[in-house]
Amino acid sequence: MDIVIGLEVHIQLQTNTKLFCGCSTNYRDSKPNKHTCPICLGLPGSLPKLNQKALEYGIKAGLALDCNIADSMQFHRKNYFYPDLPKGFQISQYDSPLATEGTVELSNGKKIEIRRIHLEEDPGRLEHPAGKKQSYVDYNRSGVPLLEIVTEPDMSSPQEARDFLRKIREIMEYLKIFDGGLEGSLRCDANISIEGGGRAEVKNISSYKGAEKALNYEITRQKNLMRRGKEVKRETRHFNEEQGITKPSREKEEEHDYRYFPEPDLPRVTISKEKIKEIEESLPELPDEKRDRFQKEYGLSQDQAESLTTSLFLADFYEEIACQIDPELTATWVADTLKGELSYRGINLKESNIEKEDLLFILRYLKEDEITEKGAIKVMRSTLDENKKPEKIIEEENLRSISLDEISEIAKRVIKENPEAIEDYRQGKEKAVNYLVGQVMKETNGRADPGETNKLIQKQLEEID
Amino acid sequence: MNAKEIVNEIKRGEKTAAGFLFECKNKIEKKEEEINAFISLDLERSIEKAKEIDKKIKEGKDVGKLAGLPIAVKDSITTSNFKTTCGSKMLEGYHPPYDSTVVSKIKEEDGIVIGKANCDEFCMGSSTETSYFGSTRNPVDEERVPGGSSGGSAASVKYGANPLALGSDTGGSVRCPASFCGVYGLKPTYGQVSRYGLIAYASSLDQIGPIANSIEGISLLFNVISGSNDMDSTKVEEERGGSQIELSLNDLNIGIPKEFYGEGVDEEVEEKVKENLDQLRDKGAKLKEISIPSMEYALSAYYIVAMSEASSNLARFDGIRYGFKQKMNDNWEKVFSQVRKTGFGEEVRRRIMLGTYALSTGYYEKYYEKALKVRTLLKRDFEKAFKEVDFIITPTMPFRAFEIDEKIEDPLSLYMADILTVPVNMAGLPSLSVPCETNGLPIGLQIIGDSFEEDRIIELARKIKEE
Repeated sequence: MDIVIGLEVHIQLQTNTKLFCGCSTNYRDSKPNKHTCPICLGLPGSLPKLNQKALEYGIKAGLALDCNIADSMQFHRKNYFYPDLPKGFQISQYDSPLATEGTVELSNGKKIEIRRIHLEEDPGRLEHPAGKKQSYVDYNRSGVPLLEIVTEPDMSSPQEARDFLRKIREIMEYLKIFDGGLEGSLRCDANISIEGGGRAEVKNISSYKGAEKALNYEITRQKNLMRRGKEVKRETRHFNEEQGITKPSREKEEEHDYRYFPEPDLPRVTISKEKIKEIEESLPELPDEKRDRFQKEYGLSQDQAESLTTSLFLADFYEEIACQIDPELTATWVADTLKGELSYRGINLKESNIEKEDLLFILRYLKEDEITEKGAIKVMRSTLDENKKPEKIIEEENLRSISLDEISEIAKRVIKENPEAIEDYRQGKEKAVNYLVGQVMKETNGRADPGETNKLIQKQLEEID
Repeated sequence: MNAKEIVNEIKRGEKTAAGFLFECKNKIEKKEEEINAFISLDLERSIEKAKEIDKKIKEGKDVGKLAGLPIAVKDSITTSNFKTTCGSKMLEGYHPPYDSTVVSKIKEEDGIVIGKANCDEFCMGSSTETSYFGSTRNPVDEERVPGGSSGGSAASVKYGANPLALGSDTGGSVRCPASFCGVYGLKPTYGQVSRYGLIAYASSLDQIGPIANSIEGISLLFNVISGSNDMDSTKVEEERGGSQIELSLNDLNIGIPKEFYGEGVDEEVEEKVKENLDQLRDKGAKLKEISIPSMEYALSAYYIVAMSEASSNLARFDGIRYGFKQKMNDNWEKVFSQVRKTGFGEEVRRRIMLGTYALSTGYYEKYYEKALKVRTLLKRDFEKAFKEVDFIITPTMPFRAFEIDEKIEDPLSLYMADILTVPVNMAGLPSLSVPCETNGLPIGLQIIGDSFEEDRIIELARKIKEE
């Protein structure tokens, strides 16, 4: 059974000010209704004025997704009542959007078509405090610029949908127009249908994982209905992230008539070829380009290059170290070791204590055999957990590698103290060597290089013969 | 004395601003109770302000172009010093936190906003009878309406409360009351005056304009309010020339569009306008009959555009943030409905419903889109006309001021009153209503010019008035 999925993604653009006024977009850490003015409160008589930065960001996004940027675009009013919507309409775009016909390539190589991209304003926010009868409205978010990205129904699994969202996040973060780490900065609606059934529009998805979860739930629900010979209705459903289920919408969305008409307060916006060209020339290297370059320039595997380019921060982190020391070694330590340690702690690189200089220091010590691999991991963990500088950790925890002479001395002593091991060795029990190596490691607190120690012990045992 | 002469006398110290304000105050105290031109008035603060200006003049400091002039501002225009109701219960007690651009400009030029003038509720009407705060009476004949929707502005000028006022004109709302009250009223080119702070009725048609008892007054106030501004994206950012316009009647072709005369226009009105046209011809101008063929559809198309936009513009009045509130414990949909049912008057509700209908799926193409096509046709018709003629002259209103309560129960006949003014708004053109009957009930003559030709229109009005 063919599954067909299309997405409408809303991302908040990281402009300093709102889409149609000069108020700050920083609503998350502010007192309710602090960042408001006559325009974003929709006071009688106020008029919108387009934020040119938001337009520029929109064009950037369109170009990065390989879209055609319109020569001119028009804002429309989308009319509906809701307490968080101060004007009784949302300024959005309708039949004359900013950009059309783009593509995004998923990790599996599949190309997803972008139907259109447009600019619109975010509404305010309702709060329903527990135990209170009233609800409250906060208009700080009102007017924050949103970019709506609409795909063709080209995805055929929830994994693809999730991968698409991840790609969008990566690209938009590379453009520095979006911060996917902020709560509520990405929201999406998903259309999903299974061959032979009606299409469900799932609203209220607010995370990448949420999208996959909601879609998986929908597939099971729709398949079950079909199995029982029931009709899958065309309907709007609401996703409940906590419960991981979708429910029919209380409001009858399909009956909504938004009565779109051209926003008379904003004349048609013309976008000159020169402006598009100028923005195009300023576009940074995008994730896929960077991935290919990393492979070529630093001799990395595709997996490693992919893993290192998932965020611009990570990619820059890697590249700066790689330029100063062995790039392949760095790749292994960043893509495998460090990312593993971070995901174990459930944090990302930006949030963690480790700095570029820290990892560079560790890798230098490792490369010069000043610490062992095991020691290096130890230092990395302590840096992450205790926010201490590697140098200090190596000092305090006595992790500096021991010279061969020292190891030799200790090995001698260990062999002497374990005559039965010598006996075992003579009888051909190879394990005896491992035991002795273990003893040396124990004595040295793991600072001895296991390979070198093994060699030394074998040599010494043979000398006893 | 006209506004310019008054300012000059004040500036020269021959008259004090405070003294002039007291003169106005006397007239207000005598007439206002009868006329009801104002929704809000603050004479005490105005007198204080006038004294400050007098002091500045005495000290030899620079004062603005409107130094000490009392001005009434229509209550559809936002003011931080006065509540702004737009003639509606919905905004009773609403005190805006900001000034509209035009009011800021008036203040910068030392004009004194003495009060807020009555108007039809949300500017929807041609008689000022739909105001929640009661009708305004025509100072020329108190049994009659002052016209609308800027009826309070025109009436205040007429009875002498202030030599200047601001109105707003969506389909004739400045020119109609100017015509009915016998004063001057200018509707500028769309985009010539910032709409920032004007409570929107129909955004693509609305324009703020001056009302005055003299041509000099119109020119003075228009020059102040039409300056640059960046808060209104539909404002045309062109500095106006300001240089003296020379106009010779001998070189002028005046267009007489046949669709604006005849059927539906009162005979006396037509005669009076033609009398003035004859005089112009005698002074050397050439008269030319022209045609605006799409005029036939102008009124219906106008009402579709205006009501459609209004249905959206007035959606913000839901009782949550400001203005009229309804205390009730129910879900928001019920509260919204109740607020809008109680807060809006009948005419406003009618227009919102008609506009909502016209924008609905399945009707949009039939109504709104079609109306926009008529609008394009009208623009073209006028463009064509202005290739042949310099100005177009028509009656402003098809009749003189009617009696209070005469038409209010019959909305269609009231809509018909706008027939000669709405084509101008649809085409975005400037036009000035000039009083042309000095005896009895006033009649207005409308001069329509090409875009941004306000100064030439004003100059032609001067020529008409020259003896």
